Amino acid sequence: MDFSQHLLSILIWLPIVGGAALIAIGDDNDAMSPRAGLMRIVALLVAVATFLFSVGLYIGFDNATSGMQFIEKQPWVGSLNVFYSLGVDGISAPLILLTTFITPLVVIAGWNTITNRPAQYFAAFLILEGLMVGVFSALDALLFYVFWEAMLIPMFLIIGVWGGKRRVYATLKFFLYTFLGSVLMLVAFIYLYGQTGSFDLFGFMAAPLTLTAQKLIFIAFLLAFAVKVPMWPVHTWLPDAHVEAPTGGSVILAAIMLKMGGYGFVRLSLPIVPDGSEYFANMMIALSLIAVVYIGFVALMQKDMKKLIAYSSIAHMGFVTLGFFILWSVSGNAGAGLGMTGGMVQMISHGLISGAMFLCVGVLYDRMHSREIADYGGVANTMPVFAAFMVLFAMANAGLPGTSGFVGEFMVIIASFKANFWYAFLAATTLILGAAYTLWMVKRVVYGEVANDNVAELTDLNAREFIVLAILAGSVLLVGLWPAPLVDMMNATIDQLIQQVGQSKL
Amino acid sequence: MYDYYLTIVLAPLAAAIIAGLAGKKIGRAGAHWVTILGVGTSCVLSLLVLRNMFWGGAEPENISVYTWAVTDGLRMEVGFLVDRLTALMMCVVTFVSFMVHIYTIGYMHEDPGYQRFFSYISLFTFSMLMLVMSNNFLQLFFGWEAVGLVSYLLIGFWFKRETAIFANLKAFLVNRVGDFGFILGIAGVVMFTGSLDYAEVFASADRVAGQSIEVFAGTPWNAMTVICILLFIGAMGKSAQAPLHVWLPDSMEGPTPISALIHAATMVTAGIFMVARMSPLFELSATALAVVITIGAITAFFMGLLGIVQNDIKRVVAYSTLSQLGYMTVALGASAYSAAIFHLMTHAFFKALLFLAAGSVIIAMHHEQDIRKMGGLRKYMPITYWTALIGSLALIGFPGSSGFFSKDLLIEAVKESHWHGDGAIYWIAYLSVLLGVFVTALYSFRMFFLVFHGEERMDAHTKSHLHESPWVVTVPLIMLAIPSAIIGWFTVEPVLFGGYFGDAIVVRQGPDVLAKIAQEFWHGSLALVLHIHKSPAFWLAAGGTVTAWFLYLKRPDIPETIKNKLSAVYTLLENKYYFDDLWIKGFAGGGRAIGSFLWQKGDQLIIDDMLVNGTARTVGRLAGAIRQIQTGYLYTYAFAMIIGLTAFLGWLIWLR
Repeated sequence: MDFSQHLLSILIWLPIVGGAALIAIGDDNDAMSPRAGLMRIVALLVAVATFLFSVGLYIGFDNATSGMQFIEKQPWVGSLNVFYSLGVDGISAPLILLTTFITPLVVIAGWNTITNRPAQYFAAFLILEGLMVGVFSALDALLFYVFWEAMLIPMFLIIGVWGGKRRVYATLKFFLYTFLGSVLMLVAFIYLYGQTGSFDLFGFMAAPLTLTAQKLIFIAFLLAFAVKVPMWPVHTWLPDAHVEAPTGGSVILAAIMLKMGGYGFVRLSLPIVPDGSEYFANMMIALSLIAVVYIGFVALMQKDMKKLIAYSSIAHMGFVTLGFFILWSVSGNAGAGLGMTGGMVQMISHGLISGAMFLCVGVLYDRMHSREIADYGGVANTMPVFAAFMVLFAMANAGLPGTSGFVGEFMVIIASFKANFWYAFLAATTLILGAAYTLWMVKRVVYGEVANDNVAELTDLNAREFIVLAILAGSVLLVGLWPAPLVDMMNATIDQLIQQVGQSKL
Repeated sequence: MYDYYLTIVLAPLAAAIIAGLAGKKIGRAGAHWVTILGVGTSCVLSLLVLRNMFWGGAEPENISVYTWAVTDGLRMEVGFLVDRLTALMMCVVTFVSFMVHIYTIGYMHEDPGYQRFFSYISLFTFSMLMLVMSNNFLQLFFGWEAVGLVSYLLIGFWFKRETAIFANLKAFLVNRVGDFGFILGIAGVVMFTGSLDYAEVFASADRVAGQSIEVFAGTPWNAMTVICILLFIGAMGKSAQAPLHVWLPDSMEGPTPISALIHAATMVTAGIFMVARMSPLFELSATALAVVITIGAITAFFMGLLGIVQNDIKRVVAYSTLSQLGYMTVALGASAYSAAIFHLMTHAFFKALLFLAAGSVIIAMHHEQDIRKMGGLRKYMPITYWTALIGSLALIGFPGSSGFFSKDLLIEAVKESHWHGDGAIYWIAYLSVLLGVFVTALYSFRMFFLVFHGEERMDAHTKSHLHESPWVVTVPLIMLAIPSAIIGWFTVEPVLFGGYFGDAIVVRQGPDVLAKIAQEFWHGSLALVLHIHKSPAFWLAAGGTVTAWFLYLKRPDIPETIKNKLSAVYTLLENKYYFDDLWIKGFAGGGRAIGSFLWQKGDQLIIDDMLVNGTARTVGRLAGAIRQIQTGYLYTYAFAMIIGLTAFLGWLIWLR
């Protein structure tokens, strides 16, 4: 059997089937029991196997092709002209790799810290992984929508079952916010189906649409994607969701689910409604810059580490949307393409860094059961290895060159200078604000005298935690020191996309 | 030479990684040996590179190491540009670093973070070399931020001290303000030239100078002026020019070896180096140069004044560094780039020496840093005394010392640089550097006399333990004292007048002041020393030294009287012109206030409470209201049905 014919299906269904198998094995709240041990091994094997298959995706990926690769197409609902149609290009492939890379780390991070229904916990993450890969590879709008909405269910459960004290409020807020947005996307899909007679995304992209229709469709998409990114002012679900989510949930939420919004803009909004996107581009730029500056200030004053990182995520995602939507304000080299690439790289990088930051907080939370900055101080005295990782990831979060955090921000700032001096000016405030909120937190948590008896009793990273953080640290540095492999994957697709978006549908 | 360059950069990096990650395994001696070996290799190879450039006549090399990324027509690479400017910087950096590595063995020998410290300073050497050897703006920015990172880690080396971790955060953030301008400057470069590569950018510099950018709609500004000023903001951060200087004095919270290496000799001169490197750009904007010279003049003079009222031995030297960096900046603004770089070099030697000597004193004094509690150390620490004297003399420009040649000619160059016009800017710049000489001599010898001469003011316990530092400390002092004393004699002519830098430095704005000096005044090093009595700077330095002697040795009662008479001035100086308040209370406090406001009023009140939960509440209330209609009584429904039918029929019959 030739795997490459069905590679994407394998990446989607292997973790989902694995998740189902875990539920079949059944739960055992005693972490030491043989069944719990078996269950963990199965979860890890599935996650690692999925990652290894995705390495095949990387190896087989042709950087020179701008179009879809690894295409699979089967009729699904024949009467409605719906297809089970999959494929990846330079935009989705890196995001799929990110997904399959982060999931095993989350499994390892949750290894024996989850004592309440661990099988279901791991199953939720594996199923979620499959669904997220599905979103990134679906080429049929209905299939896309099914994955998109189905994704909410495991995350809803992860927060609702394994979350903190206010988990019910947070998970409802999360669900309603995101669901409300995506229902309108479905309406837009149905309208486009009416216009083209199928749910094929390429059919949508080719469909001629009036400006009014484009504007309305853009707004429908915007609500779905802006909530996911999240963009100001529809961001307030994120800090609550993060604070209440268990560590693994926060990691997946920040590292991958937020990318759904950015992905939606590039995959759907820009090519399907180019004129509608152009019409709203200035508003999008404004919202992105508000995210960078306003949220940067808000992050500064957070007292809860997870909230701080959540706000920092919003500010960093502002660079993604900024990079995408300056497309119409620049011309020539080192402009639109640089902004778009920067936005894409920023998504990958943010996935690594925010994931790592949440894992760091998780390490502390597992020991102290507190996320309050004020409860810490002088952690470096008792956990020097942890402190080194924390400082590294903090620097990456502050966009230090040599880490992945720099790459996307640098590209977007340079491209936006070309668009308008003030765009770059406001975007570059992240150099100051990002460093201020991140390093001020580091100062209060990591440095200083041992603040209290609890800190004095902290033990440094165990081998399992060390491995997870070391893998992330290595990848943050690799992308920072040599982003070429990542950027090369995207170049052809992004060039083609910009050309496509540049052609008006009117 | 490619292998040389790669080794020079990677040897300290490899050493840093080994000492950092395997510090426990290799032990303390292992850590210092591996890092000293690394930086020693770099130093030797750098000297070979310099020799090849200088005597071997080697051509500048521009080599790409690897492609970082290419997208949208923009090549981002990592590579080396090694010309004479680079070679000089490489030698200064690796030599001082080498000395500091040795010195650290003595200074830090009791510290539990020994390996970590060696790892950091080697990492610093790597970063600084990446900065000076870069052939493009991307790598320049990498090195720029990387030295900032190491500086942050080292200022906060003793991370249990609240003052240290306050200072390192402050240093990083203030530097980030500079970097904010710097990255915008780089973005401007890319916008107008489409490249990050120095050679390509310089080649299209003329074209850029003819273009304009509208930062404010309707007022076109020269593109080159905007770019250069933005880049210079970066230099102001790193080279601690007013008002971005506030981080440097606080950075003294770090261990003394790094104050010498990072916060005096090398990292803080990165801004000076950068502007000199960008001379093909700065030369195309008179406005930018005017900004440079003004900022430099303000820093040179006013920061020097602060040195007079400081009582912490390291802080006196720190303010001196600020002032000397101001001198270099003034030279840059006068288009005398070579003079700036020359002063950078001599300053690196004598200022590193002064810091290390201060460190030697601090060890002897059991980490007491207040000069009012010292005195008479001369007889206990002869080597430290003599080397500190050489350093101080070089700093004030004693005839024949290295600082004499660099500073005297720097002042001369500023005096001749009339192209900014003879107006305010010229006089501010010239008088600042000239009067600064008096101030420099005053604070330098105030400190020197208070530490080494006069009454012994330390307590009996400290006094009984006073002794000279071990050889690992004194040898670097001597090794730095030698160039501080004599290097000027034989380098001044080639560097300043011999066209040493070749094409690395471009002067196009007005007449080349150094060429003019070469033509009109220059008759060799000896002649300069012999004609010293004609130089006002000499008399000012002498005056400052004598004043210091009179005030602090002869009549120690007078300073107190002056302080009381001029209490307003003293308070102003004591509070460092209130710049710290501006930054800490003004900007940092303001930022926090804005953050609180946006969070509590914007996010929590308006968005979350009113809009989000408000919507939820409204839906809830609406549902509650509508629920009232569902009474459960049959007659209510029947009644509603009748009304509904009537309305519907009425609409069908009459309105359609």
